[in-house]
Amino acid sequence: MVTTRASVEEVWTWLAAIPDPEIPVISLVDLGIIRNVQWLDDTLEVTVTPTYSGCPATSIINMEIETALHAKGIENLSLKRQIAPPWTTDWMTDTGKAKLESYGIAPPQPAGGPKRCPRCQSSQVEKISQFGSTPCKAQWRCTDCLEPFDYFKCI
Amino acid sequence: MSVQGLIRMGDNTLVLGQRVSEWCGHAPALEEDIALANTALDLIGQTQLWLGLAAEREGKGRTADTLAYHRDAWDFRNLLVVEQPNRDFGVTMMRQFLFDAWHLEALKALTEHEDAEIAAIAQKSVKEVTYHRERSSDTVIALGDGTEESHERMQAALDRLWPYVGEMFSTDEDDLMDVSALRPAFDAYLETVLAEATLSRPDSDFAHMGGKTGARHTEHLGHMLATMQVLPRSHPDATW
Repeated sequence: MVTTRASVEEVWTWLAAIPDPEIPVISLVDLGIIRNVQWLDDTLEVTVTPTYSGCPATSIINMEIETALHAKGIENLSLKRQIAPPWTTDWMTDTGKAKLESYGIAPPQPAGGPKRCPRCQSSQVEKISQFGSTPCKAQWRCTDCLEPFDYFKCI
Repeated sequence: MSVQGLIRMGDNTLVLGQRVSEWCGHAPALEEDIALANTALDLIGQTQLWLGLAAEREGKGRTADTLAYHRDAWDFRNLLVVEQPNRDFGVTMMRQFLFDAWHLEALKALTEHEDAEIAAIAQKSVKEVTYHRERSSDTVIALGDGTEESHERMQAALDRLWPYVGEMFSTDEDDLMDVSALRPAFDAYLETVLAEATLSRPDSDFAHMGGKTGARHTEHLGHMLATMQVLPRSHPDATW
């Protein structure tokens, strides 16, 4: 029996609709952790790379992918973990970065600190702590509007 | 390729990760609490990679979890420095700084390892550990060059932990690389940070040995493992 198999492009659009469990404003594709999608005979293989090696969201992310793709009718799914090359914030999409900022999280900058306060856009910002509420974030503060905010670390 | 060498890397990150996580909910400030918990999380994540590969290469059906939870102190191969108790925040951060300074050099060297899986774990870890070293260096400088009280405590922490530094550079054929070759880079970095922190490197280079070979762990390791392993040992069939 020949059924119409979902195209790889179609699978990418499904994955782009799965929110990150910790930062639901961006999708797994925006985050840059989906490295490859391919069919191996009748099995769909999705390659995922972890953000930080101990990030507790990693197992939740795998469950979310399984649930979403099974709901789309994918029966044979194989999730492949790939750690090399290591994940970098360079893989985050521009859409993802824009969504982060409008959500109140300053997007990663190669300079190593936020460019501006995501709330009032002032460039007068200072670091509170190198770590934040998740492994991927640090805590900063705006010295103009005085609001603290999360900064997505650049790695 | 030595399974023992992989276990050494994984036991270092496991034991230090467990130690650092003991601060969760107790650190002197909320930001420090979060930072310590995040560091512990990175180290435990790296442990899963190292011990996972060790178990796979060993081929005896063990997993990262069985290695972590079903070995006794004498089978652990971590450096003595990481099993030392937390004591005060100054000792904890000095221990972190000394280990981070060694760890980063070791991982940088391992990114070039001929075994692709070892190189991959090192490339993943080196990003996280660069961040750990930056933070522990900043804290050692801030407290060393801080108040009279904080300066004295940091010097006392360095004096207490210094006899555990030498073991980090002792090497044998089980290591994934010649770790003695890392000493010049470690010393150069240490000198810069200690100068800025107004701290003095102790004169004696006497070194306690026996952690990475398993010959003589300190008494502290067994107590730590008792806490860490109690759940899976009491309920060996539990899954989560």
